[in-house]
Amino acid sequence: MTRRPALKAVTANDLRGGHVVWRTASGRWSQHLADAHLWDDEAAAQIELIDAARETTEVVGVYLADIAQGPQGPEPVHFRERFRADGPSLAATRSYAPQLH
Amino acid sequence: MYTYSDADHAYLAERNRQFRQQVARRLDGSLTEDEFKPFRLMNGLYLQLHAYMLRVAIPYGTLSSGQMRKLAEIAERWDRGYGHFTTRQNIQFNWPKLEDVPDMLDALAEVGLHAIQTSGNTIRNVTADHFAGAAADELADPRPVAELIRQWSTDHPEFQFLPRKFKIAVTGSPNDRAVTRAHDIGLRMVARGGETGFEVIVGGGLGRTPMIGKVIRDFLPRADLLPYLEAIVAVYNRLGRRDNKYKARIKITVHEHGIGTIRDLVEAEFPARRAAFSGIDQQVLAGIEAQFAPPALPARDTGPFDAAYATDPMFRSFADTNLTAHRRADHAIVTVSLKAHGAVPGDASAGQMRVLADLAARYGHDELRVSHEQNIVLPHVARADLPALHRALRNAGLATANVGLASDIIACPGMDYCALATARSIPIAQEIAERVEALKIEHDLGPLKIKISGCINACGHHHVGHIGILGLDRAGVENYQVTLGGDHTETAAIGERAGPGFSAEALIPALERLLLAYLDLRHGRDESFLAAYRRLGPAPFKAALYGAEGQRDAA
Repeated sequence: MTRRPALKAVTANDLRGGHVVWRTASGRWSQHLADAHLWDDEAAAQIELIDAARETTEVVGVYLADIAQGPQGPEPVHFRERFRADGPSLAATRSYAPQLH
Repeated sequence: MYTYSDADHAYLAERNRQFRQQVARRLDGSLTEDEFKPFRLMNGLYLQLHAYMLRVAIPYGTLSSGQMRKLAEIAERWDRGYGHFTTRQNIQFNWPKLEDVPDMLDALAEVGLHAIQTSGNTIRNVTADHFAGAAADELADPRPVAELIRQWSTDHPEFQFLPRKFKIAVTGSPNDRAVTRAHDIGLRMVARGGETGFEVIVGGGLGRTPMIGKVIRDFLPRADLLPYLEAIVAVYNRLGRRDNKYKARIKITVHEHGIGTIRDLVEAEFPARRAAFSGIDQQVLAGIEAQFAPPALPARDTGPFDAAYATDPMFRSFADTNLTAHRRADHAIVTVSLKAHGAVPGDASAGQMRVLADLAARYGHDELRVSHEQNIVLPHVARADLPALHRALRNAGLATANVGLASDIIACPGMDYCALATARSIPIAQEIAERVEALKIEHDLGPLKIKISGCINACGHHHVGHIGILGLDRAGVENYQVTLGGDHTETAAIGERAGPGFSAEALIPALERLLLAYLDLRHGRDESFLAAYRRLGPAPFKAALYGAEGQRDAA
């Protein structure tokens, strides 16, 4: 399998809520990676990063994440980004519901 | 237990008022993140992978039932209905919103709790033996001294910008349950000629450069404690490296300069520090000690315990693993496991916290402890009440009889939560616990400490686990290194790396081979894993770990 160069998405944490957000094509922030605009031109992504980082009352910790285009849509390249995008790996299989309720 | 004075309440209210304003200024854009970050860290607020995380200090791991109920309320009202008890005897809330944190801090202040100095290059929450004030083997309760240290170190103006964070642990028992030799300063109460004092250990620590602490004073009189601590921290503040954060802990300072030089510098600093203390510290300590008067424990018939022990196998199993000798024979120390097989080590739901609070109020003189092994302790329970306590714990899913066994695993949050992590810890702990449960071997295996860290910073104490596991990122894939032969007690030792790391899939079968090999190698049930390892050396254990099947998978 030939691996194509990673695409870039602008990501950050929401200032108020702390949750992970992705920058969309229209320059808004979404909680869903599927909404992220993916840049194949790193220079353009860097400029978008500069613009995004100015939104200091909305987001914190802005950076570029490597993303690949998978069959089901965009997928983080590194496992760390996968956990950022999807939440703790255990939440999918284990219930945190209080056991007494 | 210590109850906040008016001065404590006033101080905390003012700090919380300031932080509320700082949060408001951050939200309206008056403060940049660079300006705000030091403020939020001073108040225990981190930004992790998915969310903010609020780390709340539980001084020396002691909680009242009212405090535990408040933690439950906070978990439900502002978080996701659970909290995570840590190896630092703290609790972490994983999902707070920034705008809610001032309200959370005010709620904590109602019960005398806060998050101050749970981050930053300051003296952190002081930790202690989780059986303090109850254990049969104890010289004296270390908590009055721990509280004195808490008061002295909180907002200490000289020590707010140390080269790096600074952790102090205290034990009053010769059996070290506070891991004193892996702290920046460890204090062990010792007696000499009828006088009680401290053996002072300095320069221990885990992380990327694990070191066992060295004795800087073999006997320090009690009255000299604060000036002597102040002398140590002052010397470190001056000499500690600020050019490289990885070389900034006092363990490196002691290693670079030598314990002899550090001792001489501390002793030279000490007289002036001693003179500056007018005796107020001893007056304060006397007041604190009065608040830690042991609870009145009426004599109780142990008949109900004996009857249940003789007839109820589940109760017997619980009693055999989860009880520790109390200084009063008709009482016991109960460790409630937060390690049900497959559960997240250290997590407790709000409902479980309330059950524990209720049980502490009903059977345990209103006291709870958080252990560094991420369990909850009821330190004073009459043996007569244990059958009823056990029934209540069972109903709440809290009666797992595995304390000190293979599934009683320390695990840091790892990459499921932590921004520093290089790999996941929690799923590894879950898989190990479920595997030993499926094999039904853990009671046969006996005492075993498995400790897992998701990065080299070693919050999961992997270096001092009998079996330590360190999760790393090897070329974009999680990889787990195994260390063997570590020891967290008074005979502290750093484990040895067994060899190449394992993939997550290969790790569990490798550990299974290791555990089964130990059962074959030991001289009967009385020889623990650690004792067998010390007798035989690493070779047969490594051979099992990297058995023919495992060799292929190890990377």
